[in-house]
Amino acid sequence: MSHDDYQRHDAKIITPSFLVLLTLTLIGFALIAVRFIKGIGAVSNMSDGYPWGIWITYDVATGTAIACGGYAMAILIYIRNRMHYHPMIRSAVLTSMFGYGLAGFSVMVDVGRPWNAYNFFIPSKWQANSAMFEVALCVMAYTTVLLLEFLPAVLTTLEKTEWHTLQLFMDRLHHYTGIKRPERMDERLDAVKDLGAWLKPRLDKVLIFVIVLGITLPTMHQSSLGSLLLIASTKLHPLWHTGFLPLLFLINCMFIGYSIAILESVISCYAFKRPFETKELSGMARIIPWLTAIWLTVVIGDLLWRGQLATALSLDFYSCFFLLEFCLVAGGSLLMFSGKKRESIRWLFVSAALIVLGGALYRFNVYLIGFNPGKGWHYFPALAELLITVGIVAFEILGYQVLVKILPVLPKLHARKQQDGAGRVVHQQ
Amino acid sequence: MAQPSRRQFFKLMGATGAALLAGRGMARASENHEVNNDTVGMLYDATKCVGCKSCMSACKRVNSDYGSLAYERAAFDTDGLWDAPSDLSGSTRTLIKLFKESPKKWSYVKYSCMHCQKPSCVSVCPVSAMTRDALTGIVDYNKNACIGCRYCQIACAFNIPKFQWDKALPQIVKCDMCKNTNMVNKGITACAESCPVGAITFGKRKDLLSEATKRLKENPGLYQDKIYGEHEVGGTNHLYLSAMKFNDLGLPILKNEAPAEFSEKIQHTIYKGFIAPVALYGTLCFIAIKNMKGQQEVNNRTDADAAGKGESHHEP
Repeated sequence: MSHDDYQRHDAKIITPSFLVLLTLTLIGFALIAVRFIKGIGAVSNMSDGYPWGIWITYDVATGTAIACGGYAMAILIYIRNRMHYHPMIRSAVLTSMFGYGLAGFSVMVDVGRPWNAYNFFIPSKWQANSAMFEVALCVMAYTTVLLLEFLPAVLTTLEKTEWHTLQLFMDRLHHYTGIKRPERMDERLDAVKDLGAWLKPRLDKVLIFVIVLGITLPTMHQSSLGSLLLIASTKLHPLWHTGFLPLLFLINCMFIGYSIAILESVISCYAFKRPFETKELSGMARIIPWLTAIWLTVVIGDLLWRGQLATALSLDFYSCFFLLEFCLVAGGSLLMFSGKKRESIRWLFVSAALIVLGGALYRFNVYLIGFNPGKGWHYFPALAELLITVGIVAFEILGYQVLVKILPVLPKLHARKQQDGAGRVVHQQ
Repeated sequence: MAQPSRRQFFKLMGATGAALLAGRGMARASENHEVNNDTVGMLYDATKCVGCKSCMSACKRVNSDYGSLAYERAAFDTDGLWDAPSDLSGSTRTLIKLFKESPKKWSYVKYSCMHCQKPSCVSVCPVSAMTRDALTGIVDYNKNACIGCRYCQIACAFNIPKFQWDKALPQIVKCDMCKNTNMVNKGITACAESCPVGAITFGKRKDLLSEATKRLKENPGLYQDKIYGEHEVGGTNHLYLSAMKFNDLGLPILKNEAPAEFSEKIQHTIYKGFIAPVALYGTLCFIAIKNMKGQQEVNNRTDADAAGKGESHHEP
């Protein structure tokens, strides 16, 4: 695979949206500071009945599914052998990296005694019966894998860099404060460059093994995210509590992964005024309805087998949420079955959005909405709790926005497409 | 060229599904786990309890330092004279509650850890902070291992483990049968020791069961005809006798199968002692490398052609 498939997006980094996202991020992180000083109760509405709130439900359980774009693309490209999608994988990996990295960060905000997390690396403390143990190790490993998968983008840039920004910064620093630049700075920068150049071909050789690890790990922990709730047989509503939770979560993350890859591509092409990748997206959209069809079949078959179909149609609180989730996924998939609609960016966007919403609602249903610890317990996230989640998501989008502008991440535009929406020639790397 | 890999992909999906199906089947067919009746526990007889709460105060007196317990003030009590917890919490391990159905029909009930024979909290704890002592059957909590993920709270069918929400350095709070306090000094739990009317009996599970059976036999009509905890979730070491329905006292109606057995069976079937993930990785590596090589050949050919600019691989 060549590294020439990608290019940097040449545009200003500081934009209005950058500032808005930065503000949200800062608010979120300030509240995180409050959480560490005054305890979790000070910022959240979680209770002993609802010990997992929006942080686990959204940031971890749903966020990692939304971050499965990299996983889904890797399956498509390397296992199903659709190499022509390769130019799209780097941006998918970048969003996955942020999604997983920040899910891990959210966990550290959510857990009460994070200083004990080193116990995950002490074999005598391992507890293989725990789905949580499996999820934790896999998520940590997968985040590392994603960093490695993304490393080529950094190394390629390192190879060509002239350190313009750094040089400029040092000059200004010298100008304003009189601090001289370190004597051997250039030498050291060259050493870093050499290291990058040394590492790149070596990394390229083993990268495929890392990539396959990046397919194996999500298969394991995404199913385990479903297994987490197997134990709550008395608390999780029978509409969702089933032995098939691991399988349902696995398929769910795959169709969310492809759908989110479509959404990301459409949104970033729109935001960065690049031509839409319609051909690739409609090809990818062909896979989704098959996955959702399998998923919906398992859901219905399982309800039938357990005799819960009447509960599903009873139109009470739980049944409404179940039907909503079901209809969103089914509706989006029906749209995607039509070849004509798949050719239209608008319909692709709508159907992918429906499927992501439905798939995410499924995870909310399992982790929060369908979870009832007994009489007297209620949960709705507190404002501060929500703002922490918003801050983390804002940071995710912020990081993506900035990184695509300094590293070659987005697919390289073909020569004939060089004119972008604004009529400006996009520079080729 | 895509056909074989697609077939393999579906094969893989099928295999995952089959493994899960098998897991479900096995979970259903499994025999019950071994119940060890030589472990220790407590029998709480709600008909004897007078609601004096001396067990609560003894528990706090003995365990407050070791177990990070604290006195909880009621809203009306501005001077802080009484310990008045309204529920089990991050400050309270054991609690007496009064359930009143009518002025004539009421019952006290004691809440504390049930010390299950197959505890869900132990099964789910990712870092072995929750453990069950094989000899005594005491389900213990180690705050030096705990990461505070609160999965034990999700898992416990009795909602027993409590978290210290208002502390910057919180921990889980639950009964450990005074394992490191009263048990060391006196060989009995503080609550059982302090009960003035013998409503709490401490002893081996087998002795407690035979005592409970005896009471049921000797007092026909007094009790509900059942020892709560004898079979619930695979058996608990904290047992109950009551005149009122157990569910009315806030004790949940539960199946005899331990939830941890169900979840562990499925987890073990999927992973097969970590052989399954390794096999999956191997298979995927094989497919991916084959695909990569195929791609390189295609690239080389197009490079050789030099003129062949058109993309040769479209969706079939």
